[in-house]
Amino acid sequence: MKAAVIVFPGSNCDRDMAVALRAAGADVQMVWHKDAGLPDGVDLVAVPGGFSFGDYLRCGAIAAQSPVCQAVVAHVERGGYALGVCNGFQVLTETGLLPGALMRNAGLKFVCKTQGLRVETSASDFTAGYNAGDVVQFPIAHHDGNYFADAEVLAALRDQDRIAFSYDGNPNGSQADIAGILSENRRVLGMMPHPERAVDTAHGGTDGQAMFRGLVGMLANA
Amino acid sequence: MKARVHVMLKTGVLDPQGEAVRHSLGAMGFEGVGAVRQGKIIELDLADGTTEATVAEMCEKLLANTVIESYQIEMVA
Repeated sequence: MKAAVIVFPGSNCDRDMAVALRAAGADVQMVWHKDAGLPDGVDLVAVPGGFSFGDYLRCGAIAAQSPVCQAVVAHVERGGYALGVCNGFQVLTETGLLPGALMRNAGLKFVCKTQGLRVETSASDFTAGYNAGDVVQFPIAHHDGNYFADAEVLAALRDQDRIAFSYDGNPNGSQADIAGILSENRRVLGMMPHPERAVDTAHGGTDGQAMFRGLVGMLANA
Repeated sequence: MKARVHVMLKTGVLDPQGEAVRHSLGAMGFEGVGAVRQGKIIELDLADGTTEATVAEMCEKLLANTVIESYQIEMVA
């Protein structure tokens, strides 16, 4: 199973993402933002956390216009899988691959802590390793994680069972406590919390392993 | 020629930064500040003949996120 991790100037969770994917058995290649294409045969594209382009203009806005992002959009349109974490989630909303936007945290503070998350659905290849209703502990570290979408989009996310994770105690003002959402075809997941920082006992928790093992295992057998 | 683009959060989208500024003004003793909305102004130096439609395209594609923001274009000679 082949995965690509996109690297922008200012990405800082790219290597953590690669380590987490490799530990789950993926063959990982790093892809620089100026590359016009993805490596052949990529099953999963991971857009990592960080502060791409210094968060200038809006978080993820400049990154979303980079050449590689057009390749990511094409990959998703072909039915490929994509995972965006933290800044990666912001990038995916800016490309339009996921609905809504991430705004400044309601409390205006950068929030950095371990956060309880409720698994809202196990009906996706990202969350199949959990049971709906499970509470998992993932680190969060963001200034702009306040999820906003209009009432129509929120209703669609609920009706189509596309809320993947919600906060157990809202840390940032996100609507409907949303921490992560799925695309309509359930092959794109964007989330503010960091599953890749919870895959090794040295991280202080391993609740993220089920996501990477499940996803890599499924794609390896596909 | 120049264009000035004003980007503001849409009405109905809570502006946490504007709200913090309003709080602070109240704490400083300025009375009667009902609401504060914070936005940004982007000034563009443009080649002569650039149309407002082109600037609007820039706004739609990059300068504003129309999920949460609205924009106004001011063409300056």
